[in-house]
Order: sequence, then structure tokens, then C-alpha cells
Amino acid sequence: MKRSVIDILDLTPAELEELLATALDIIDNPEKYAHACAGKKLATLFFEPSTRTRLSFEAAMHELGGAVLSVTDAASSSASKGESVSDTAKVVSCYADIIAMRHPKEGAALVAARAASIPVINAGDGGHCHPTQTLADLLTIRRQKGAFSGLTIGLCGDLKFGRTVHSLINAMARYENNRFVLISPDELKLPSYVKKDVLAERGIPYEQTTSLEDAMPQLDVLYMTRVQKERFFNEEDYLRLKDSYILDMAKLKNAKDDLCIMHPLPRVNEIAVEVDDDPRACYFKQVLNGKYMRMALILKLLKEAAQ
Amino acid sequence: MNIDAIQNGIVIDHITAGRAMRIYDLLGLDALDVSVAIIKNAVSHKTGDKKDIIKIDSTMPVNFDVLGFVDPGVTVNIIRDGQLVEKRRIEMPQRLTNVIRCKNPRCITSTERAIDHVFKLTDPKNKVYRCIYCETKA
Repeated sequence: MKRSVIDILDLTPAELEELLATALDIIDNPEKYAHACAGKKLATLFFEPSTRTRLSFEAAMHELGGAVLSVTDAASSSASKGESVSDTAKVVSCYADIIAMRHPKEGAALVAARAASIPVINAGDGGHCHPTQTLADLLTIRRQKGAFSGLTIGLCGDLKFGRTVHSLINAMARYENNRFVLISPDELKLPSYVKKDVLAERGIPYEQTTSLEDAMPQLDVLYMTRVQKERFFNEEDYLRLKDSYILDMAKLKNAKDDLCIMHPLPRVNEIAVEVDDDPRACYFKQVLNGKYMRMALILKLLKEAAQ
Repeated sequence: MNIDAIQNGIVIDHITAGRAMRIYDLLGLDALDVSVAIIKNAVSHKTGDKKDIIKIDSTMPVNFDVLGFVDPGVTVNIIRDGQLVEKRRIEMPQRLTNVIRCKNPRCITSTERAIDHVFKLTDPKNKVYRCIYCETKA
């Protein structure tokens, strides 16, 4: 039966475990999966540019032995002629077996999923959801920490607009004994509905701070995000705050030896390059893990669609 | 103030005082070619509180979702041949389809043609509905 993944919460914890197990098996036995999707086609429909996510999906399909139909600039083709997302999804359903779609409008992936006759994977719909980034984050945490429970997770930077942060909180809030440390300037605090609906509702402990250095010693995971200049009302505030949320070796002085440092990338300057060589830096591993989880997800959805 | 009893029609009763016009608009009653009475600030015999009442001199189909969204707790009385044949207390609907539109300019509903505007009840205690596409509050 056709099934799409729009939000990370579309996957139950049991299904996440299944995807993680598949991804780990792919890492150990890549040859076993080299032809798993032979004869199948993935269409990547990107209505806004995102080279890394698109390449990750395409690399994933190639490694599964499948083919890729790539629309790198969908916005200037069908959409500019006035075609609706629904119609585009119906048309592409005639050519491909599965769709990965990025679109600037929130909810576009759901519209495509409802119209398409093949599975749709949301590769980012505006500021709303980006479930495969969260899958990459989860595999990274699993491989680095061994478990999803009993962790103190620090989220640092832009917690207000960062969709990856909201998705990760949603995903990790389903596991036991986790606590969150929310590190951000007052202007970019986590929205109250996430704190209320996700954390307070489930009795998950969290604390808010503006100091990355103060929070550092207790953290098992540190998820960095970029503090973007355009989020501030005036440049003065931005200049005052931007360096507080740049991770460098000095700020890591009091960090745990087994801290897992993550970042959804692209990085601009929020993690100093000197940190890259530290064994605790996991953000490039995260990129690789994203490809493995996308492979696992493509496999699962194609298998379900064939049943 | 007296309004004649209706023979065949609908009485929407126990509307929270002040909400009758919103219900009138959302039900599209302005398009009806029958008598419609809006009674504002009537005093409830039961509670003594103020309430609004709408009487429609026609047994048209009523969108109960609109009523449940605007004012859960209203009652709908169906009158036939001067007799009350059905009385229904309206609860909050789980889903609202094409009753209201999403206000988020970044939502796909702002550009996609021929799309249903659907909201789901996510927090019954606080009566929160969210757009199924972008999760923005109604």
C-alpha cells in the first residue's frame, strides 16, 4: 500500500527502530543492498534549491541500484506555467516509483502525497518539516550514544525558526529520561507552543539559558544551529550576540569527553573550523548517516507500496 | 419581544450572546430566500443568562461543523408541522473542511488551486484547531 512520510511523527518508534536497523545493516553490508531498487526510479522534485539534500537522496537511490529522475529547478518549469502541486505529483506518478520533494510552501508535501499514486517523501516544506534530516540526526545519536534515552540534549542557536530543532525535540520527546537544555538569545527562544505542547505536556524537564558555556558541562549531545542575521531587528543586536553562539575549542573546555556535536549544515561560522578535528565533532558523520537513513526509508516505502 | 413560532424550520438555540451574526455569516443564511430571525441577547429561561437565537423558516441542511466550531454547546431544534421532531446538542467537530481558511501566507493553501481548507481539532480543552497542511492555529 502506498504510504508517504511528511512528518517525523508519521513514523512510529517501532518503525524508526526498523529504519535504524536497516541503515545499520546497509553500513555493514552495502553489497547486500546494491541492487535492492534495481528497475525503480526516484524523482527528486526540488522547487527551491537544496543541493545537499537532493544529492543525498540521489546518492541513496544510486547506491540501492535504482535510477534517478531529477528536476533541479521545478519552480522555473511546471510551477511557473501555473501547474498546481497536485497536478505535478499526478504527472510524476506516471514516470517514477517514488518522489522526494522540497517546496517553499508549508504543507506542499502533504498536498503532493494526497494527489500522487506513489509514495512521497518530504524533503523539506518551507519552515514546517524536514523528516529525513531528523532521521539523519537520530542515526547519528544512536551510533554515537548507543541509545535514545537518558540523554541531556543541548540545542543551541536559532530555536525559534529552526525546523530541524522542533522535529528533533518531537522525536526525542518520545523516549524516556531525556532532558533538554535550550540555549539561545532571548530573540530566538523556542516557541512557547513547542515548550507547552511537547515538553510540558509530557512532563519532560528542560531549562533555558543564554550561555552556551554554562550549559556545556552537562551535555551529552549538542545540536548547533545558525544564528541568522536576518532574524534580528537591528544589526547591533546581531553583532552583540553572534559570537556567543559560535562553538570553538575554548567553549569545549568543560565539555564531556563523549559529547556528540551535531549541526544540520550548511555551517557558516557557528562552529569554528578548529573543532572539525575534534573526535566529538559529528556533523560530517551526520551527512553520511542522512544518506543511509534515506536509503532505508526509500527501501521501506517502495516495499510497502509493492504489497 | 415575540417572534412567531415556526411551522417547518430550524431553531438554533443557546448561542452564546454575540455570536449569532458569525453563525449567520458562516452558514450562508444571507443567501436564503426565506424568513430568518436573529434574536440577540434573549434571556435564557433555564440559566437567566443572555443568549442569541436564530430561527430559520425552512428545513435546509445545516452545517453542524460550523456550529460546533463557532459555539459548541448550541442546540439545533428541527420543527415539522409545528412540532419539535429532533433536538441535537452540537459538539466540537474533529475536522473542519472549507469552513475557514488558513491565515498563514506561507501555507500551500495560499497558492494551490482547488484545495480543501481542512483544520483538525488538536486541543479540545482549549478549542485549538490547526491547519492540516502547515499546523498554523485557526
